[in-house]
Amino acid sequence: MTPPLSSGRIERRFARLAEEGRAGLVTFVTAGDPDATTAAGILAGLPAAGADVIELGMPFTDPMADGPSIQAAGLRALKAGQTLAGTLDLVRGFRRADDATPIVLMGYYNPIFSYGVDRFLADAKAAGVDGLIVVDLPPEEDAELCLPALAAGVRFVRLATPTTDDRRLPKVLTNTAGFVYYVSIAGITGAGSAKDADVAAAVARLKRHTDLPVAVGFGIKTPDQAAAVARVADAAVVGSAIVDRVAAGLDADGRAGPGLVEDVLGFVRDLADGVRGARKGT
Amino acid sequence: MTALNTYRSGPDEQGHFGAYGGRFVAETLMPLILELEAAYEAAKRDPSFRSELDYYLAHYVGRPSPLYFAERLTAMLGGAKVYFKRDELNHTGAHKINNCMGQILLARRMGKRRIIAETGAGQHGVATATVCALFGLPCTVYMGETDIARQQPNVFRMKLLGAEVRPVTSGARTLKDAMNEALRDWVTNVADTFYIIGTVAGPHPYPAMVRDFQSVIGEETREQMQAAEGRLPDTLVAAIGGGSNAMGLFHPFLDDPTVRMVGVEAGGHGLDAGEGAHAASITGGRPGVLHGNRTYLLQDGDGQIIEGHSISAGLDYPGVGPEHAWLADQGRVEYVSATDREALDAFRLCAETEGIIPALEPAHALAHVTKIAPALPKDHLLVMNMCGRGDKDIFAVAAHLGVTL
Repeated sequence: MTPPLSSGRIERRFARLAEEGRAGLVTFVTAGDPDATTAAGILAGLPAAGADVIELGMPFTDPMADGPSIQAAGLRALKAGQTLAGTLDLVRGFRRADDATPIVLMGYYNPIFSYGVDRFLADAKAAGVDGLIVVDLPPEEDAELCLPALAAGVRFVRLATPTTDDRRLPKVLTNTAGFVYYVSIAGITGAGSAKDADVAAAVARLKRHTDLPVAVGFGIKTPDQAAAVARVADAAVVGSAIVDRVAAGLDADGRAGPGLVEDVLGFVRDLADGVRGARKGT
Repeated sequence: MTALNTYRSGPDEQGHFGAYGGRFVAETLMPLILELEAAYEAAKRDPSFRSELDYYLAHYVGRPSPLYFAERLTAMLGGAKVYFKRDELNHTGAHKINNCMGQILLARRMGKRRIIAETGAGQHGVATATVCALFGLPCTVYMGETDIARQQPNVFRMKLLGAEVRPVTSGARTLKDAMNEALRDWVTNVADTFYIIGTVAGPHPYPAMVRDFQSVIGEETREQMQAAEGRLPDTLVAAIGGGSNAMGLFHPFLDDPTVRMVGVEAGGHGLDAGEGAHAASITGGRPGVLHGNRTYLLQDGDGQIIEGHSISAGLDYPGVGPEHAWLADQGRVEYVSATDREALDAFRLCAETEGIIPALEPAHALAHVTKIAPALPKDHLLVMNMCGRGDKDIFAVAAHLGVTL
C-alpha cells in the first residue's frame, strides 16, 4: 500500500519548519552539473549547509521556461553524459546518508515520457524522490503524469504564477501536493525580482485557496532577498544564483575547479542564514 | 486499418489529434493560450473577420495563386499530369504570409500591441515583419545565430521592414532554439504580446489555427482543379518541415478517399546516415513532447532533442505538426523523405524545365514527384505545392554546386 500523501518527507519537513516558526530554504541545482561526481558532492553537502528542501534539475536540451544560467547548467550536465537514469542514481546515492531531506525533481516532460511514465514513477519512488515539478505540464495535462504520480505516492508540485487568476487557481491547486510553488514574476528563471509587497499579496491570495505550504521563487539571488521572502512565505526557492556559483567555479576547460563544492555550499549557508534570521511575520 | 468517417473533425476541445497535440506549456502561458483560443473561436464565428482576411489575401497577398499545368515537366517525366499550386507567387514569396495575415488580424482584434515570432530560414520572419509593417506594430523576430549567418538576405529584409532581429545564442542556435527564445519572451511579456507561430505546431490552438489560415491553399486548388479538369486531383504532394504548407493543401481533401496525399520530409544526408543527418521527424523520429505539443520528434534514447539537418533551413526543425503525426498513424497521408542531393537535382530540373526557381523546401516535394510521376497513368492528376520561391536559396545552392557568387 502507498502511504497517505500526508505523511511523506515533504510534509514532515514543512511541519517541522512550522514548529520552528521559520520559513524553509529550497535550493535548486542541476543533476550532473558540471559532472556527476561534483554534483553528488554538492547534493550531499546541501542539508548541512542549510537546505531544507532540495530541488534537483533534470537536464533537458530545450528548457523553454529557464533563463541563461539554468540553460547552461543543463547543457553542461548533458555534455558530461547526464541521463535521467543517472539523475535517479544521484538521488539513490544521496539517500544512503540522508533519509529526511525532501527531494523534488524539476524539469520538462519529454525525458520522462521517453523513459516511460510508469517505469519512471516506480524508479523515482524507489530512489527516494518525493515530488516532481514538471514545467510543461499544466493542469490541462494532468492525465499524463500528475494523476499517475499521485497514485504512485509521488507529489506533483504545481507552479502558480502572476497570470494564474482567482478563477483559475482552484484548477491549478486541485491535484497539487506537497507544497505550492509560486513563481513570483511572469518570466523565466534567473530574471528580475518581484517587489516584496507583491509577493506578500500573492502569498495571501494563495493562502485563501489552499492549506498547503507556499514556496516562492524566481529572481531570488541574495540572502537579503531570501530573507524578505522568508518573512511572508513558507519557503524561499533559490536556483539560478546557486547555479551561477557552479559556473563561477569552473576552470578554463569547463571542469570543476578546486573549491567549487565548498564555494557553492558556502553560498547556500549564507542564504540559509538569511532565511533563518527572518522570523515569519516580522 | 478502419477508415474514419471524417479526418477533418480534429482537434478535440483539449487540442488533441488522437494522441498528439495538447497544451504542454508553463502555467504562466496557460491563461494566455486559453485567451487566444477564445479569441480565435470568436473571430471564426464573426463574418467581418473572414471578410477582412479575404480582403487582404486578395489585394495584398495576391490570392488566389494560380494552379499551373507544368507541361514541359509533365512531358519530360512521361506520366502523371503535374500541376503546381503557385504559392511562391504570394507577396513575400511563400505561403507563410497566409498565416501571418490571419494571426495579425487576430492580434489586432485582441488589442495586442507587440508581435514576436521565431524564424529558421527567415521566410516566416519576413512574412511576420511584413504584416507588422503593414499594420504599424513593433515586431521582434528570434533567429538562431547559425541561421542568421546562412540567411543574410532575409535578415536584411526583416530589418528593412522595421523588425528587430534578435540573435539566439542558446542551445544549437537554430530554429528550435529560436522557438524556445520566443516562448521565453512571451512568458516575460504576458500583457501586450502576441506570438505569431509560423507552422502547424505549438500548443493548442496554434496547430488548428495555422492550418485553418493555410487551408486557403487546398480550397483554391479544389476549385481550380474542378475548373481545369472537371474533377478532383488524384495525388497531392507537399514538403514537410513543421508542415504548414502541406496541411494547408491537404486538409480540404482529407475526406475525399480518392485523393492520395504524400508529405515529403527532409532526408538530409539520408535516413540511414545516422542521428543528426536528416530532419525527417515522422519517417526517422518517434513521439515525444516539445514546444507545447506531443508529436514525432528527432530525439535520442534519453528524450533529448537532436538537431535536424537539411540543405533547406526551412525544413530542419526536429518536430512536425501534431495533426501530421496523427494522419501518419491513421495511414491517411503517406510520409516519405527526399535527400539534399535529390532536392538539389529537382531544384535545377525545375529551373531549367519550367523557368521557375523553387525554394529548396518545395524542391523536396518535386524530388518525390520525379520519382512517382513516370509510373502513373497520363490522366492521373498530380498537384505539387510550390510553396516558396528560391531567391533566398541561391547562395546555398551556389555553394553546393561549387560556384562562388
